[in-house]
Amino acid sequence: MTGLFTTTRRGAIGMALGAVAAFGLAGPAAAEVSFEGKTIEWIIPFSAGGGSDTWARFNGPLLGKYLPGNPTVVVVNEPGGGSTKGTNLFAARAKPDGLTILGTSGSTQFPYLLGDPRVRYEYADWKIAMAAPTGGVAYTSPSTGVTGPEDIAKLAGQKLIYASQGATSLDLVPLLGFKMMGLDVQHVFGFKGRGDGRLAFERGETNIDYQTSSAYIKNVQPLVDAGTAVPLFSWGVLDDDGKLVRDPTFPDLPHFGEAYEMMTGKAPEGPDYDAYFAFFTAGFPAQKMVFLPKDTPQEIVDAYQAAFEAMKNDPEYQANKEAVLGTYEQVTGKAADALFKKGTTITPELRKQVVEMLAADYGVKLGEK
Amino acid sequence: MMDTLLTALVTLFTFQHLAYLLLGVSVGLVIGVIPGLGGIAGLSLLVPFLYGMDPISALGMLIGLVAVIPTSDTFSSVLMGIPGSSASQATVLDGFPMAKQGQAARALSAAFISSLFGGVVGAVVLTGFVLIARPLILLFGSAELFMLALFGLSMVAVLAGRSLPKGLAACAVGLLIGSIGAAPATGEFRMIFGTEYLYDGIPLVIIGLGLFAIPEISDLLRKNSSIAEGNVLGSGWGLGFLDWWRNIFLSIRCAGIGCMIGAIPGLGGSVVDWIAYGHAVQTAKDTSKFGKGDPRGVVAPESANNAMQGGALLPTMLFGIPGSGSMAVFLGGMVLIGIEPGPSMVGPDLNITYSIIWSLALANIMGAGICLALAQPISRLTSIPFQLLAPCMIALICFAAFQATRDLSDLVALLAIGLVGILMKRFGWPRPALLIGYVLAPQAETFFYQALQFNGWSFLIRPGVLIIAVLTLASIYFGLKNRVDDTGPTGDAVVTSHTSRNVQIAFALAMMAFFGMALWDASGQSFLGAVFPLGVGVVGVVFGFILLMHLWRGHEDHPAFFDYEIVGDHVGNEGNSWFWTGPAWIAALVAATALVGFYIAMIVFFVAFLRLRANASWTKTVVMTACAAGFILGLAYMLSLNFPSGWLQSAYDLPWPIR
Repeated sequence: MTGLFTTTRRGAIGMALGAVAAFGLAGPAAAEVSFEGKTIEWIIPFSAGGGSDTWARFNGPLLGKYLPGNPTVVVVNEPGGGSTKGTNLFAARAKPDGLTILGTSGSTQFPYLLGDPRVRYEYADWKIAMAAPTGGVAYTSPSTGVTGPEDIAKLAGQKLIYASQGATSLDLVPLLGFKMMGLDVQHVFGFKGRGDGRLAFERGETNIDYQTSSAYIKNVQPLVDAGTAVPLFSWGVLDDDGKLVRDPTFPDLPHFGEAYEMMTGKAPEGPDYDAYFAFFTAGFPAQKMVFLPKDTPQEIVDAYQAAFEAMKNDPEYQANKEAVLGTYEQVTGKAADALFKKGTTITPELRKQVVEMLAADYGVKLGEK
Repeated sequence: MMDTLLTALVTLFTFQHLAYLLLGVSVGLVIGVIPGLGGIAGLSLLVPFLYGMDPISALGMLIGLVAVIPTSDTFSSVLMGIPGSSASQATVLDGFPMAKQGQAARALSAAFISSLFGGVVGAVVLTGFVLIARPLILLFGSAELFMLALFGLSMVAVLAGRSLPKGLAACAVGLLIGSIGAAPATGEFRMIFGTEYLYDGIPLVIIGLGLFAIPEISDLLRKNSSIAEGNVLGSGWGLGFLDWWRNIFLSIRCAGIGCMIGAIPGLGGSVVDWIAYGHAVQTAKDTSKFGKGDPRGVVAPESANNAMQGGALLPTMLFGIPGSGSMAVFLGGMVLIGIEPGPSMVGPDLNITYSIIWSLALANIMGAGICLALAQPISRLTSIPFQLLAPCMIALICFAAFQATRDLSDLVALLAIGLVGILMKRFGWPRPALLIGYVLAPQAETFFYQALQFNGWSFLIRPGVLIIAVLTLASIYFGLKNRVDDTGPTGDAVVTSHTSRNVQIAFALAMMAFFGMALWDASGQSFLGAVFPLGVGVVGVVFGFILLMHLWRGHEDHPAFFDYEIVGDHVGNEGNSWFWTGPAWIAALVAATALVGFYIAMIVFFVAFLRLRANASWTKTVVMTACAAGFILGLAYMLSLNFPSGWLQSAYDLPWPIR
């Protein structure tokens, strides 16, 4: 027993040195975080030009402006593997010094939630700095006889066609949603993006579609005004308690839950809804998130959160946020934590249920582990 | 209407706008000259500076850059046989032989005039077309897009080379390589063999560089000379202009084709140069020179690829759908400066649209003018002894190749495709046929599946489909009539090629093995995932079998026989070194990268190559290595990218750039 408390001379010096070193390292960080003269790499696991890249390039300079020490923020594209490659790289290599951050998207969350064998990252390890929600509106063609959101029940039993980017892409959310509502939707895969899908709708090849909010306002609203498209519902947003509510951008449109109730006469619940809800959260309210690596000191996380909050009053941010972010505010702190948690967790049973449904109905194979 | 036109015109000619346009043009020219770096890299460079700029100037800068990349990428296509970007692949076919004959300046000036003209024609067409484009673009449904993909594939008939079965088998190989990765209908992964790299398929830039650049480099490395063998740079400037003037109608037609193909979303611009090239051959009376240095082979693709950029703006601006990778970045740039594409671009924002279109024309004029002025001095590069040029080219190609996924696997893939390209070149397998198959495979498969889903088999009787079908048949007919043979001399050469029959059979068997592998892989997939590779594989096996029969039983002068090692123009010259010299050096660079990462490997490679292969003095070696290392470093810094890492990097934590 005594042995535990006997310290040799060398051990004591070592301990003292260790304490000094620990204190020395922790000291400046606790006092002030400064990135002066540093370059921060913002890893975007997608190629240049996509939504995530544009989002990061919009936020990057502002982040540099409001982080202590005004570092340079550069966007580093590491595309591949449907965003799993760059994310794996971040998980394996990034050091907890706040100099490397990661921007994820729904396409990064989905393979993780589905258990894709290419995923070698663990969301729970990371610290969230910011979350950027998004929303969207589903609409249909007037040829279905629907004239407004209140007519949604008329869709029951009709043959609907949807232009999808793939069963494991972000279009998994409408796939699960339509299925739950009991709509008979034929999903035609292989589209390159929602814009591509909208084109198929405009050509009359499909008769049900959805667009994210800003694309809806810019490109579908004119169709609605011209009478060639009819809005059905918005996917909705989450309030502070994580409850589904109407999208403030589209206060007159029912949210998914209300639309479900109009279709079926009861509120959505049960394992199907839980599965839908997990992917919905990962795809919309928590679509884009900024992460710091495992073991990043809290001071650095706080500095990032403060910077993301401070930039909101910047005139540059105000001027361009609508074009880039749509109508939603980027959030930090507790709100971001809640979205992070909801958008990156799924029970093994629900995962199994979705994966099996995809395999049985759409022949999706995620590959062997 | 007139008001809008005038407002647009006035903003266009303000000093500020012109200055930014010129800035964009300059960046675009520099980026375009570097092989493999296209619009994506260039736009990524400019995007950080967009903040706080007024939209018109910012747009001018972006447009200037996008417009001139297909102009300046001609330099590497013509001078080094390296396709500068996917838009200039067809230019290599005739432009490079011209450079080898010492007519680099002539080829370049013909190319630049054509680029200028194509770009301006594109802008003129757009000015009228943009107002009625929306409904026209919507006419092209999945069924029509599938037929357009078939139309593109019909160009294989022109480019199949001397032996038709060989050409069709090469095209089948391309179609199968293009189908590697996720199947469009089901998302299941095909022919990935457990390799994560193959999940996304092999990138276009790797295929282009591997098929065209690596074989040329390895060929040049064996001959101890410069690129221009005759060494007559001459005063080709006027000649090139005449070449274009004599073919002005071809140039107009190709510009029209380019503009249209660019405007149709979904087809992508990567085949536009081949379609234009094919068109030039189909409509020519005398086709004997094509593939050996016919200026028409330069005029056609260069007229088309600049016009294509204009066309590609349409779906980007009107629908927010980027037609190509660089348009995707352009779209991102537009969003960053607060311009959202959509129907309003032909409504309240029409003046922005017009200023974009005319900036495009203006940028084309600026770009081509600058390039013309530079053509003469830059074409002197071809008289530099190749041993000194080679390490720079190899480093550049590798740099371009790993832009794809920034991984060592890119270099390995480049080496593998490069070996295929070298052997295809040697045995007279048409590489363009493979490339066209590769580019159109995803389109053909996706649109066919979608058309069936949307319309059932009745899609075949849609009027648009029938019209394109007639065009396709006509294209095949004229294509077969006017086949291009770029494999070299004919006549007695064929007879002697017979002597290496066994090696040629072995290579054909290797291709058969690839078909077998694809078929075996397809057998494990679901119906929707398997039907395309299965169909293509069977076609490949059939033509491969016919080819094997030709090689096995054929007469001594059968056109199936070809071996560049026996009939090539280098045969009989002094000082040809080992056939595998080129690939060996490149393989060494890749291996060194795997060990110590790309940046260190590149420096070691330079020193080793210059000392051992080029016998350069130490001073020369050090200076050249330092220049190259500095250049690559600067480029990487500006593009903020990390070099592919090797074993060293995984074992030790090193600072950038050797991280």
